[in-house]
Amino acid sequence: MRVRADMPPGHVRTPAYLRGKRGWVERPLGPFPNPEQLAYGNAAEPLPLLRLRFSMAEVWGEATDTPNDTIDAEIYSHWLEPAEAPNAPRSSRPPVAIRPPLPP
Amino acid sequence: MPQDHHDHLSPSGHPYRPDDDHPLTYWQQMEIAVRELLIEKGVTTAKEIAGQIDAMDARSPANGAAVVARAWTDPTFRDALLADASAATRDMGFDIGPMRLIALENTETEHNVVVCTLCSCYPRNLLGLPPDWYKSRAYRARTVKEPRKVLAEFGVTLPDSTTVRVHDSTADMRYVVIPARPAGTEGWGADDLAQLVTRDSMIGTGLPKSPDAA
Repeated sequence: MRVRADMPPGHVRTPAYLRGKRGWVERPLGPFPNPEQLAYGNAAEPLPLLRLRFSMAEVWGEATDTPNDTIDAEIYSHWLEPAEAPNAPRSSRPPVAIRPPLPP
Repeated sequence: MPQDHHDHLSPSGHPYRPDDDHPLTYWQQMEIAVRELLIEKGVTTAKEIAGQIDAMDARSPANGAAVVARAWTDPTFRDALLADASAATRDMGFDIGPMRLIALENTETEHNVVVCTLCSCYPRNLLGLPPDWYKSRAYRARTVKEPRKVLAEFGVTLPDSTTVRVHDSTADMRYVVIPARPAGTEGWGADDLAQLVTRDSMIGTGLPKSPDAA
């Protein structure tokens, strides 16, 4: 999975340092209301929330001394696009069904 | 002059500390205005607000320590905790409310540490209010980039054979670390073990106390 590299305005709970980075699914967490709608008091659509795991090498490149340490973060499905993650363990390869991104 | 002496020095001979009075900030005024409006309109009462503050202050890392000690002594509970920490801790009376809790177990090969880079998400039901450093920009920015250096500053130096797993608490989950049970505590009961479990060991920035120090 790759985190979308977008920088939209407003309340977003996708950390900027992970945008554009590739990770693998550590575990799915189930549907949670979209915080980008919830933050403005709007009706919030439930979206699949996933725990993604990223290698330090993927996130920080040459700037890390410990490329095999990892960062986990919760990312809502509309921020994810299909991609093969580098360093993903084999067991994480079976794809998890993700709803396609919403039309703009 | 004697007059100056009275004005600037305390009876102990030291200067008085200046008052740190300052005008209310924008957000402090906003909080007071909203609180007074909610009370005037009958939405809540001053007593309810004070009661909620008391409830927040009453939660302490002792709750989390009881959970960890039980996980160390009760394998069935440990499995339930790792499978669904919200349900397992709710059964012990530590309800997390609408949030969900994930327990992260430290082992010989993995060390977990929790940070919230976006704000200060923290498992308050188990650990009480977060320490100030947890909310600092330095901790939030550095923990995801150089966790081993941050851990070393907390006195935790890990061998290269241990993988560090940083958990950024970005959305609806809260995290508690289950530290590894200290060696030399065989046969200890849960109440004694809980005394070894520190707040920082449940954030991942510390280790439990050694049984010699207890």
